[in-house]
Amino acid sequence: MSFAWLGVMPFLLFALLFLILPTMKIVVGSFQTNEGGFTLANIANLFQPSILSAYWISIRISLASALLGCGFGFLVAWAFVLGGLPGWIRSPLLTFSGVASNFAGVPLAFAFLATFGRLGLVTLILRDWFGINIYGLGFNLLSFGGLTLTYLFFQIPLAILIITPALDGMRREWREAAAILGASGFQYWRIVAFPILWPSLLGTFALLFANSFGAVATAYALTGSSLSIVPILLFAQIRGDVLQDPHLGYALAFGMIVVTGIANGIYIWLRARSERWIK
Amino acid sequence: MRTNRIWSWLFVALAIAYFALPLIGTFEFSLKMRRAAYSLDAYAVVLGDPRFQQTFMYSVLMALATIAVGVLLVVPTAYWVRLKLPHWRPFMEFMTLLPLVIPPIVIVFGYIRLYNTSSWLPLTGSAMGTNVLLMFGYVVLALPYMYRAVDTGLRAIDVATLTEAAQSLGAGWVTILARVILPNVAVAVLSGAFLTFAIVIGEFVMAALLSRPAFGPYMQLLGANRAYEPAALAVIAFLITWGCMALIQVVSRFAPKPPEQLH
Repeated sequence: MSFAWLGVMPFLLFALLFLILPTMKIVVGSFQTNEGGFTLANIANLFQPSILSAYWISIRISLASALLGCGFGFLVAWAFVLGGLPGWIRSPLLTFSGVASNFAGVPLAFAFLATFGRLGLVTLILRDWFGINIYGLGFNLLSFGGLTLTYLFFQIPLAILIITPALDGMRREWREAAAILGASGFQYWRIVAFPILWPSLLGTFALLFANSFGAVATAYALTGSSLSIVPILLFAQIRGDVLQDPHLGYALAFGMIVVTGIANGIYIWLRARSERWIK
Repeated sequence: MRTNRIWSWLFVALAIAYFALPLIGTFEFSLKMRRAAYSLDAYAVVLGDPRFQQTFMYSVLMALATIAVGVLLVVPTAYWVRLKLPHWRPFMEFMTLLPLVIPPIVIVFGYIRLYNTSSWLPLTGSAMGTNVLLMFGYVVLALPYMYRAVDTGLRAIDVATLTEAAQSLGAGWVTILARVILPNVAVAVLSGAFLTFAIVIGEFVMAALLSRPAFGPYMQLLGANRAYEPAALAVIAFLITWGCMALIQVVSRFAPKPPEQLH
């Protein structure tokens, strides 16, 4: 009998106290009545229009920012890995991606207000130089589109950071072999490159989805509580029980864990698949 | 290949435009506080605000405490798992990835319910207790980055041989960790530390819900009430993030090479 496991006890105790137990408290609480008995009523209560619409808009923003983040991230990563750009451009782009993917939260909201807000730089330039009033055209930073545009500022760099190693793993030989067999560029991408890349692309998508689904600070600083997305609803609930039902608050949080859990599960499963090719 | 390169430049140029515009816009906006002329007034107001100084100092101290506790927790654990419990690695990987799966707002919600004044460990009952709780929360947030950085650093050194060599010279576990292992993974620890600093300094959700006077909630409050100062704050916050990432780049030049490359 070895006692080597005792060495990780401090870590396990820490994880138990400040990660596992608090999460379990939420999960258990969402299946409890006020008196402590088991119930599914809290989960069922989630299916009321106001909460469903909060989940729905959260999911839509996360889908849109993950899809666009993945797409643009892929294009930019492709451009400097395979697109024939000079080598010096790679390192500053990756460093900047590291900075921007961590530049989320309150300051990011300020930056976009100062740029795309009603008196922002881009808004004024478009209005005064080109005669285009984007707010007159229905654009609003405090909306689905505005929040998605803002989230892309950290989503695209994150996608670049994850996709670049996958593109680095694409071997020249594959392309040459395909060309010798008579494949066109399009056929190479459709038959060879894309089937190899899709697990890491889809995995990136899942990670980006979870990343924006759990984000609170940017949305809160940008919209206050005018846009009812799940994290903001939960924030208001924790502060002042706006749902007037503490256990519904637990269920709301539990729903968030389920959504991000599924997204991350897909990411981890697909990463294991994509690593088979990248040795 | 020529058309490829044109497209490449186009994508990169678009990306640069998208990322540069908000930075330029913010900087320009932060200079506009005085009518009809650019000035640094907004910066002067922000930097001179005593609440800026207090909350900023609070978050800096919080970040330093988080880094200290995180290093004390992560380095011995990662070392021990590499040395004695290699079959635990998938489990540890899973545990340290969990903070990315469970949103911080859910974790802090759990803290509030679990450690309130009527519980067995009433941490939120006092200011000091809440500070400690917030610090532990930040250690949880930093865990994925910290553990990964240190584990990668440990991979580059021969842990077993170093340990045996130190033991045969009579070193105990504390000496091995502090004087043999830590210096060897110093670069990884520093990278993790700078990233932790960048995350903690502007963190909003946990500090706001635990009602601590941190920099993140201060920024949010200023944003809700002022026009030009928030832009100045955003520029300052961006420079801090940039500084942390630049320091990571600088220290990683000193990283030891993986063993197979040292011939």
